[in-house]
Amino acid sequence: MSTLDANAGHHDEGSYLSGPPGMMARIWQWATTVDHKKIGVMYLFAVLTMFFIGGMAAMAVRYDLLDPIRTQTVETLNAAGDLETTTITTGESLKEIMSGLGMGKDLTESQIYNRAFTLHGAVMVFMFIVPSIPASLGNFFLPIMLGAKDVAFPRLNLLSWYIYVFGCLFGIMSILLGGVDTGWTFYTPYSTSTDADHWRVVLMVMAAFILGFSSILTGLNFVVTVHKLRAPGMGWFDMPLMIWALYATSIIQVLATPVIGITLLLLVFERIMHIGIFDPAMGGDPVLYQHFFWFYSHPVVYVMILPAMGIISEILAVHSRKHIFGYRAIAFSSLGIAGVSFLVWGHHIFTAMGELAAILFSGLTFLVAIPTAIKVFNWIATLYKGSIVINTSMCYALMFLFTFSIGGLTGLPLATLATDLHLHDSYYVVAHFHYVMMGGTVIAFMGGIHHWWPKMFGKMFNEKGAMLGMALVFIGFNVTFFTQFFLGTQGMPRRYANYVDEFQTLHQISTYGSWILLAGFLVHLVVFVVSLYAGKKAPANPWGGLTLEWECESPPIEHNFHHEPIVKHGPYDFESVVPPHCDPKEFPLPENGGHH
Amino acid sequence: MTMIETDTSSVPARILKSPKHWRNRKAASHWRSGDEEFDAAKFGMWLFLSTEVLLFAGIFCGYAVFRLLYPEAWANGSHYLDWRFGAANTAVLLLSSWTAANAVRLAQLDKQFWFKVNLVITIVCALLFLFIKLKFEYMLKLPAGKAPGTFFSYPMAHDPHEPLWWSLYYVGTGIHAFHVIIGAIIFAVVLWRAVRYQSYGPTQYTLVENSALYWHIVDLIWIFLFPLLYLIH
Repeated sequence: MSTLDANAGHHDEGSYLSGPPGMMARIWQWATTVDHKKIGVMYLFAVLTMFFIGGMAAMAVRYDLLDPIRTQTVETLNAAGDLETTTITTGESLKEIMSGLGMGKDLTESQIYNRAFTLHGAVMVFMFIVPSIPASLGNFFLPIMLGAKDVAFPRLNLLSWYIYVFGCLFGIMSILLGGVDTGWTFYTPYSTSTDADHWRVVLMVMAAFILGFSSILTGLNFVVTVHKLRAPGMGWFDMPLMIWALYATSIIQVLATPVIGITLLLLVFERIMHIGIFDPAMGGDPVLYQHFFWFYSHPVVYVMILPAMGIISEILAVHSRKHIFGYRAIAFSSLGIAGVSFLVWGHHIFTAMGELAAILFSGLTFLVAIPTAIKVFNWIATLYKGSIVINTSMCYALMFLFTFSIGGLTGLPLATLATDLHLHDSYYVVAHFHYVMMGGTVIAFMGGIHHWWPKMFGKMFNEKGAMLGMALVFIGFNVTFFTQFFLGTQGMPRRYANYVDEFQTLHQISTYGSWILLAGFLVHLVVFVVSLYAGKKAPANPWGGLTLEWECESPPIEHNFHHEPIVKHGPYDFESVVPPHCDPKEFPLPENGGHH
Repeated sequence: MTMIETDTSSVPARILKSPKHWRNRKAASHWRSGDEEFDAAKFGMWLFLSTEVLLFAGIFCGYAVFRLLYPEAWANGSHYLDWRFGAANTAVLLLSSWTAANAVRLAQLDKQFWFKVNLVITIVCALLFLFIKLKFEYMLKLPAGKAPGTFFSYPMAHDPHEPLWWSLYYVGTGIHAFHVIIGAIIFAVVLWRAVRYQSYGPTQYTLVENSALYWHIVDLIWIFLFPLLYLIH
């Protein structure tokens, strides 16, 4: 595919993308590879595929909510002159689509809707957002940023990709068999009693169980890699902040995922053998399930957001040519978030516990705001007096600061017991969650993909096209989800297919926003495909970054570096180091050494 | 110990020249040295063991919750189990943990014959554990109706929540037994590679050490399951 760079010296190593001739040989090479870069790229395609499936389910959810379901009785005169009563039902949008496809004839609109939002939640959480950044960008860049040739356990890395795909196949099988309507949380006893004669729920739960192994193995691999494979000269505080974020993420993955493993296993036993542990009819405790579930699923939202925060630290520093402000504060706040994450699960089930426990969990939840705010303030301080370059990844990082701050701050009323009583299970929660997960993680993921795209594939992308996609995503995202804060505070409950007339305007605005959002992602897709086929060859260091991946060629060679790198400067020393492979005229050092 | 030190088993040239013989094995290319690779593998194994502890923590937590809710059912539950079979299995596992530790040491000392003997004893103990578990516990209790959840049909039950006790008994010991099976398979792989290639020796014993670590955690979990299920009333 791409050839050897002129400055490659005496080593005769091709890019990691080059391979043997012949389609089958190439496929075999990728299917059996233990190269972390290829595995990262395979993860990228796999998670984006699941993002597409989950996104389509989201579009279905929004499409249903465009119109409320209304049944009217109309009296008409028929040809014979008799009065005839007919019932007209409007707003069954999903049912119309399904019957157009010849499916779901025995399902009501609400049943289809319940499956659509469960599908959206389960796919997006377990198959997209948990593995998204760590498994794709993390796999590709963690070893390179450490100056290593590969992760600690390359074969385990490939195994975790296969486990991921295997888990996704279980999920897809469940969808093809008709889908699940339990909600992505699989709350008992509904999840153990619904669809009693069918395997769909078991398949979906098994999918989440299997995906957990993939997550554990990736996390384990990263922790060991960070400990054991840092390049000579790289101490803990010389690591890029992306590595700190991935390290904190990996710790959570290793420590939280086993708990969801046993929980889902018990759920499967409950369904197949009725062991009764979560069944109130047999003396079991469904709230125990909720405790187990959130003991994993709350920490896991930090698995989703921490790597995003790592990406933001990289993008903001590189594209504003400023030393990151408060390096240690950002690094330790990642670990702080990881630590606190294990103590706050109870805020998902305030109403299912005693008053004292609820107050304690509420107080602990507020703690999360501290390390998070430390990060946000440090990022903003980093931008201050920086040479800010407005490009796609920088815009995504700025968008992150805006949307993630809204998401974070709107979380505080949910952590407050009194306001939560009004807001919980409403669209306010939906909006808050999407502002942190989509406005946080997905936006940072998009920024990260643009930041590292030239490095990963050796091709530049069309900046104007990407900026257009970015603008559409920004507008579409805010139109879709900001309206939902209003819907929620006014009393629109989540997970309902229908609503009272007063909510229709806001629901319609939200649905139109989702179309703009979809258009934005399609523009990005086109830009990426065009870049792969017709993109200009990327230089080794297009943005003037100082972390080790910018010392590699674009795309990197099979073993990443021609010689083992020796780290002599910090990852953000923009005021004193000319970036590798860069013209000093293009990336000048500040005359006063960076001191203002 | 004299017998161990006079291990003079002759080695066929086929094995000595094999790239899988311990003298010929090298660190993977992304490691600076075999020592670093060994340290990393061991560190990874410890992380994995922490996930095992957390996995079983769910079962122990469920045990604690229901014990508090239904103390009568839990007290009755332990009376249905014969502590002698539990104790026998504890002894079997402790013995196997000792032989697993021996195997690591003997690999380090290149005592190939006794290394293999200890691996065989470990595997036999694993199978013996499973045999006792199935033959004298599961096979006797299931037909008597002492089964998990809705399959429970034991007519002499004193407490309506005894089915839950049996659920936790079967889930806990069942998942543990599954780990015993996995352990036996891993030791069988180690044994096969030891017989076929002499893959493990003073500089190459990562898999032996990690298998033994895994085996110790399986043992340790049983050490907790045994008193909780068999001894505490």
